[in-house]
Amino acid sequence: MSGQTERLDKLARKPASQSTRQVPTTGHEWDGLQELNRPLPRWWLWLFYATIVWSVGYWLVYPAWPLLSSYSNGIFKWHSRAAVSSDLAVLQTQRGAMTTRLAAASLAEIESTPEMLDFARALGGRAFADNCAPCHGAGGGGAKGYPNLVDNDWLWGGSLDAISQTITHGVRSGDEQGHQGSMPAFGRDGMLKRDEVLVVAEYVRSLSGLSTTAGADLARGAKIFADNCAVCHGPDGKGNRALGAPNLTDQIWLYGSDTQAIIEGIWNGHGGVMPAWGGKLDPVTIKALTVYVHTFGGGE
Amino acid sequence: MCPSGLSVSAGVGPTAAVMRAAHPLSDLAAAATDAATTTTIAESDFPSDPDDEPLYAARKKIYPQRVSGTFRRLKWALLVITLGIYYFLPFVRWDRGPNAPNQAVLIDFPARRFYFFFIEIWPQEVYYLTGLLIIAAMALFLMNAVAGRLWCGYLCPQTVWTDLFVTVERWIEGDRREHLLRDQQPWGLDRATRAAAKHFCWLMIAWWTGGAWVLYFGDAPTLVRELATFKAPPVAYGFIGLLTFTTYALAGWMREQVCVYMCPWPRIQAALTDEYALNVCYRHDRGEPRASLKKAAALHEHGQAAGDCIDCRQCVYVCPTGVDIRNGPNLGCIQCGLCIDACDAVMAKVGRAPRLIAYDTDLNIRARQHGGQTSYQFVRMRTLLYAAIIAVVGGVMAYALATRHAQALTIIHDRNPLFVRLSDGAIRNGYAVHIANKNRETQSFVLKVTGLAGADVETFGSDKSAEGQPVITVGPDQTRQVRVIVTTRQLLEPNASIPLTFSIVTANGQVGATAGDRFVGP
Repeated sequence: MSGQTERLDKLARKPASQSTRQVPTTGHEWDGLQELNRPLPRWWLWLFYATIVWSVGYWLVYPAWPLLSSYSNGIFKWHSRAAVSSDLAVLQTQRGAMTTRLAAASLAEIESTPEMLDFARALGGRAFADNCAPCHGAGGGGAKGYPNLVDNDWLWGGSLDAISQTITHGVRSGDEQGHQGSMPAFGRDGMLKRDEVLVVAEYVRSLSGLSTTAGADLARGAKIFADNCAVCHGPDGKGNRALGAPNLTDQIWLYGSDTQAIIEGIWNGHGGVMPAWGGKLDPVTIKALTVYVHTFGGGE
Repeated sequence: MCPSGLSVSAGVGPTAAVMRAAHPLSDLAAAATDAATTTTIAESDFPSDPDDEPLYAARKKIYPQRVSGTFRRLKWALLVITLGIYYFLPFVRWDRGPNAPNQAVLIDFPARRFYFFFIEIWPQEVYYLTGLLIIAAMALFLMNAVAGRLWCGYLCPQTVWTDLFVTVERWIEGDRREHLLRDQQPWGLDRATRAAAKHFCWLMIAWWTGGAWVLYFGDAPTLVRELATFKAPPVAYGFIGLLTFTTYALAGWMREQVCVYMCPWPRIQAALTDEYALNVCYRHDRGEPRASLKKAAALHEHGQAAGDCIDCRQCVYVCPTGVDIRNGPNLGCIQCGLCIDACDAVMAKVGRAPRLIAYDTDLNIRARQHGGQTSYQFVRMRTLLYAAIIAVVGGVMAYALATRHAQALTIIHDRNPLFVRLSDGAIRNGYAVHIANKNRETQSFVLKVTGLAGADVETFGSDKSAEGQPVITVGPDQTRQVRVIVTTRQLLEPNASIPLTFSIVTANGQVGATAGDRFVGP
């Protein structure tokens, strides 16, 4: 012990020029390594206290505390929903001039004027992603039962007016002016027997040049088709847009072109539903959506 | 057993001072059995019981003394240049013609443009910023490899603004001695007036600093008028307020604590340096043992050696961070060189050679101590590498800048669906074509798509050229996106993926830009 005191003494009495600056340790030691105590500056501590005070202010200013049946409103009555509304109002002002132009212009005018077309495609693109993409796909590519909007095959018409009508009133949506009519369940409801369904399915495949099972009685299929299907799909199978009956002679199949899928369609019928957007979206957005869908490339 | 620990400070090694400070302690710890309580060698103001030691300590106010000399002059010059650039650059004009702002340096966030004299950067060219950051980092490393903390001592905004604030403080409250004495007086009218004047001046400088900052983000003369008439956007006032506060707090109050506690560079710097880098050093080979003039005379009479250091502590008094350079390299030392000036002045007075404190290396100090050869190696692997990286990155950036086009073309293939089959079996691909027109005039571009013979190319919102090719018109300094569909009726291989080349041809028949994409089939 005394030896050490001596050394400490020696160190303490060392001239300033020789001493390395000594820093106290925290008293922790691991395998001879010690932790120096470097006290933090005091403002650091104050800053920590300041954040605590700040958090109290936060509780007071913003809605924070759950109460029995409601919550504390904060002294400025700030509300995230109101903030969204005001943001939307700002957005409407920014879009104002072009929105007014779009509201006044016809669909054809919008599509032929570059700056209106660019605006409509931008606006329509957002509206499509928000409302249409869940069924029709992000790029309008569709899925089984949900029409592809990029191709040039249209159940209810691909002109600007026809697209606008479909978006506004929907398909089998319950809207009075919406598209009605559906494919009956010929098999399930007993209108056609099993073998009749099989043979008419073969005939339908032959309409668009797809292969048929060897030995299938296509003449009998044609007869059944003329008696049951031609009413809607037309005698040559080219469909009827007034009824939403698809063209059976082209390369595009909403529910698939394999025999099994066609048999299922005839047996159980089809009747996809698209909501009427007229009441949900404002007229300018519907115009923009119409132009957007029309300029996917398949528009007529 | 302690001699190694005790002698360490005499033979200063390249190790950081903090590390060295631990050596004698750990040596003692090994010797002592009750290490926890007895190894603390406390300065008088530190309690000896670890449990009583403070977790938080008040800052010890530093009163740096005025000094003059080479390095002080250099620092004045750099202060004037750097602050002059910062405060006045927004007012420099640069004529870019119509449809463009005439401010030389402007960060235009609403229009998403960055203007720097003749250079205009668009958001998609922000990779130039990456290049600048690499060059900045390498320049910092190069400075460090050549002469230590050049950045910290002369160029860092924290140093420059602190220097300015200290100057103002000295101007109002007097130099070190006067200020110290006044601070010991009770508060009176004189002291209060001076303190108020100082803080007012500080706040004015800080306010101007914040004000200059926002001028980089808008047309400076207009913004100054708007600010003065309270018509500027609230965000401008917000940022001025924020920067006024940070400047006032960092340069007025926190000063060296920013370097010691907040800045990562001193730590990184210590890890990046090597033994050949120049640093501000006390040449202890020449200075030790320290002795006053009288004591030195007495020592000489007895035939004993005395060093050149007269222990006048001028180097400590002038230090803006309050360190004693004679204790060796230190985290708190920003290497501003003011102690060199202070020591040189003293050496001149006592008739000894200058540069007892100087830019030097520990290697050289030790070499002189042992009669070896001193050497200065600026050309080393690391300085060469840093310089080479700066040259390469700078060269790549300059080349890219010099050869970039006034228009850009970007193609984005439709992702859903990748291709579409039309009712007659034809295959169609859709593309979003972005054209950026960086010219100041409206331009019309003819879009050409090559790579798929016989394919139909159709765009929406464009005119047709005489040859039936789409003509896309883009406004000045704008981008436009048009939808382009390419349709082919030829039979494709299964899983076909055919390269296409899109190009835009300007009115004078030159290819403005090209971009590649693919035509995808089933």
